[in-house]
Amino acid sequence: MTDTLFGRLDLSSLSLWHAIQTPTPSELIAAGAAMAVILGGFGVLALLTWFRLWGPLWRNWLTSVDHKRIGIMYCALALIMLARGVIEGVLMRSQQAFGLHGGFLTPEHFSQLFSTHGTIMIFFVAMPFIAGVINYVMPLQIGARDMAFPVMNQISLGLTATGAALVMISLVLGQFSTGGWANYPPYTGADFQPGPGPDYWIWSIVLAGIGTTLSGINFAVTIYKERAPGMQFLRMPIFCWTVICTSIIMVFALPPLTVAALMLAADRYLDFHFFTNDLGGNMMNYVNLFWLFGHPEVYLLVIPCYGIFSEVIPTFSGKRIYGYMSMVYATMSIAVLSFCVWLHHFFTMGQSANINAAFGIASMAIAVPTGVKTYNWLATLFRGRVRMTVPMIYAIGFFYLFVIGGLTGVMLANPVISYQVHNTLFLVAHFHNVIIPGVLFGLLAGYHFWFPKAFGFRLDERWGRAAACLWIAGFSFTFLPLYWLGLQGMPRRSATFSDPAFQPVMWLALFGAALILAALTCLAVQLWVSIRNRDHLAVPLGDPWNGRALEWSIPSPPPAYNFAVLPQVAARDDFAMAKADGRTFAEPDAYEDIEMPDNTAIGMIVCVCATLMGLALVFWIWWLAVLSFAVMLVALIGRTFRVVTTHVIPAAEIAAAHRAWLARVQAAPAVSRRDETRERNRGRAMLERPTTPEAAE
Amino acid sequence: MAGCLVLAACSQTRDTFLVPGGPIAEAQRAELIQILGWTLIAIVPVFLLVPILLRRYRYGNGSARYTPDWERSPLLETLMWGVPLVIVTILSVQLYRTTHALDPYKPIASGNPPLRVDVVGLDWKFLFIYPDLGIATVNELAFPEETSVALDLTTDTVMQSFLISALAGQIYTMPGMRTRLHILADDPGSFEGENTQFNGDGFADQKFRAIAMAPTDFDAWAARVRSGGQPLTQASYAELAEASSGAEAQRRLGAEGLPEGVVHFSSVEGDLFETILHRYMHGTAVPPSAQPGAVGYDPQTTLGKQTQ
Repeated sequence: MTDTLFGRLDLSSLSLWHAIQTPTPSELIAAGAAMAVILGGFGVLALLTWFRLWGPLWRNWLTSVDHKRIGIMYCALALIMLARGVIEGVLMRSQQAFGLHGGFLTPEHFSQLFSTHGTIMIFFVAMPFIAGVINYVMPLQIGARDMAFPVMNQISLGLTATGAALVMISLVLGQFSTGGWANYPPYTGADFQPGPGPDYWIWSIVLAGIGTTLSGINFAVTIYKERAPGMQFLRMPIFCWTVICTSIIMVFALPPLTVAALMLAADRYLDFHFFTNDLGGNMMNYVNLFWLFGHPEVYLLVIPCYGIFSEVIPTFSGKRIYGYMSMVYATMSIAVLSFCVWLHHFFTMGQSANINAAFGIASMAIAVPTGVKTYNWLATLFRGRVRMTVPMIYAIGFFYLFVIGGLTGVMLANPVISYQVHNTLFLVAHFHNVIIPGVLFGLLAGYHFWFPKAFGFRLDERWGRAAACLWIAGFSFTFLPLYWLGLQGMPRRSATFSDPAFQPVMWLALFGAALILAALTCLAVQLWVSIRNRDHLAVPLGDPWNGRALEWSIPSPPPAYNFAVLPQVAARDDFAMAKADGRTFAEPDAYEDIEMPDNTAIGMIVCVCATLMGLALVFWIWWLAVLSFAVMLVALIGRTFRVVTTHVIPAAEIAAAHRAWLARVQAAPAVSRRDETRERNRGRAMLERPTTPEAAE
Repeated sequence: MAGCLVLAACSQTRDTFLVPGGPIAEAQRAELIQILGWTLIAIVPVFLLVPILLRRYRYGNGSARYTPDWERSPLLETLMWGVPLVIVTILSVQLYRTTHALDPYKPIASGNPPLRVDVVGLDWKFLFIYPDLGIATVNELAFPEETSVALDLTTDTVMQSFLISALAGQIYTMPGMRTRLHILADDPGSFEGENTQFNGDGFADQKFRAIAMAPTDFDAWAARVRSGGQPLTQASYAELAEASSGAEAQRRLGAEGLPEGVVHFSSVEGDLFETILHRYMHGTAVPPSAQPGAVGYDPQTTLGKQTQ
């Protein structure tokens, strides 16, 4: 059946072809999605050509090794994929709202939706968004010029984009796996799903997973080696602590996933029997490996978001973070414990009560440091001066909803309850309840918080508030009802149901999904409105929120070399302390030449070749797989022969830019927090002194 | 009469452990409520404090005290770590106890001798074999009340998870592996059972009825299955194992007249459960055509292979 030239790729692989032959609602929706990908792709290409942006895009972005630009590209990728993930979620909720004895989607289409939705949301929304924020913020916070390995950073982005590209291509060519985001064999083995679906999953996960492992190494080494003078570990902002913990998880948790996926590939391609039914295969080993990755993964996602909240809450409370050491210990405990709990994902696979009890207790133990963190944030509000900005609205939504997620997490950690609600909508409600308020709200708060740093202008506050409130309400209406359905025994991943009592609840959930869609629309409008009003929202002086860490001590957007002179760090919250002591914005004694890495195309070569290789492997086009792999290998080896990989920015140029900025800062009026969201705020914050009750009288 | 009995029972099918039908589900419900209670001790303060703090320390409120450098308090620190630690410790002790007490592998105490049932997960239905009675059913698990029912489970296709929520929690069923579950119903009643682990297109319809009966009714039911059912032979099993809903299997095997999706078997040929359990353990590759649920499964091949 396979062709030497095209492998198993043929006309029937086109989803449009199916829609022409059998135009059912399911096929038409699939074809519509395929058309959206094709037209969207061509639309972008056409616009880039029309506005002659190819050159700038290539020079300034695609070949850039600047951690800030790579961070922004990661976030852009995440936001694009978020749109697809949310639309899929709304489609699933619509199917279930009409799902009493039927619905408009075929069960197969529904199963593809939940598989791509989960895969996309975890691997191509949450992970790139986090990698993007870390990339952007962390080097600035520790006073570094770039990541430790800037070129590897670019390659990591390239590999992540490869995975996302493969998932997008699956809308047009062939079909994605129907095995859920965890893709358990033997259901995803060659005997039960011989088509290209699971192969799409495998290669998008393997390639993106390698990228993430490299990112983890890069983040960790950057923090270990690139801190500015005086930036001791215990002077780092909490966000950087969370980045260390996350990097450790990335380095240790992603390899089991990559290995599990490659073993599954060996089963499917080479007739191995790691996880098959016959010849000694044992699918439980896959489940073990998957969750050895999967449970640390959820902490990989949420820990940096704890870090974001730990930056946002003190800043908008005008206070130091309460309990710095508690925060550090709590974060580290969570990172370590995250590797001790994976078995709770299969309490119901028949292991002994002792094993279940041990892993149940370990899982519950995570509630302790998490609780400590929550109380620390509350204590940070205590005796502060809290401004209700957009990131704070997300933080409040987080406080309320995340503790509910924590409560149901403690329930699920109990094997006795897990026996009942495992694999039901209760579980779905729980993990959405921690991932949306925990991870997504955190990331969106961070997006709003650091956007002015990245682009030099603030995001529109009103649209931001609308988006935040809609996210909170939308989440609540969509997922809280699912707890009830889960307790009633409705399994997850069901396209239909037979109990009429579920229907009103499903309608409520659909209403919530509509609110989430509205929230997403508000985010898009906010971006559009903010870009249009960027002159009014401009904060070039760099400190719009009266920030506390080093990233706020430089212009917005920062120059390529970040700091004109590397900062000397003397304390925790160094910039806030410097502002209080009047040490800021002083002319440095001397400027030095700065050596920065050159742009390179290697990341793009890897991205294009890896995408072609993934596609070739999915469709068994062996010549293309070998060719693209060879090109990638030659390019990577070739790169090592380049001797000169850096260029020097002369001190005079740096001095001129820095002096000009200092002059603007000195000339600008300092703005009180009362005017924080007004046009007056150009990024120079006024110092506001502590008050006592006596002073206030 | 039989139809009436089943219909009457199923009109009030209980499908959640919140309305328990036996001691295990009842204990699970109690556990849920207890966890809720204990955890609320840690959570309610957050719910109350957030609005209070936000109101009192809002930027516009100049009369509230502002201490930007306050960052530690030994007493508060102790409470913050201590309270969750105490709650988790209490919950841990309870977790250890109940996990052992409600271990699904442990028979449930009851006056009557236990009933053994072998469960085979198929795409997309469950086959129940009664080894001591020599009968089998599809999608209908009948058993006497007040009796610990010992289920041995496996699947002849991909992984599944077997749940009768109103009686006890779920347990996975996996090819080539045997898992165990015990259930007990306090009173006669009909309970919904289902597969909760996604296994393909017919997944949403993989539901069955678990019917607890008075002992005499159960004997009558068994006699009816034995007299009214068809024999479960290698051939009819090969047909049954093909990926199809219970309703389709019922049509294919010509068992109309029973509730939807249900088939009765008067006898079981050989030790079917053990055969299924060891199907893949012979050290030779099994082609997809002989693997139920696989793409390309062919009942004829399986039959040919098994009768060799």
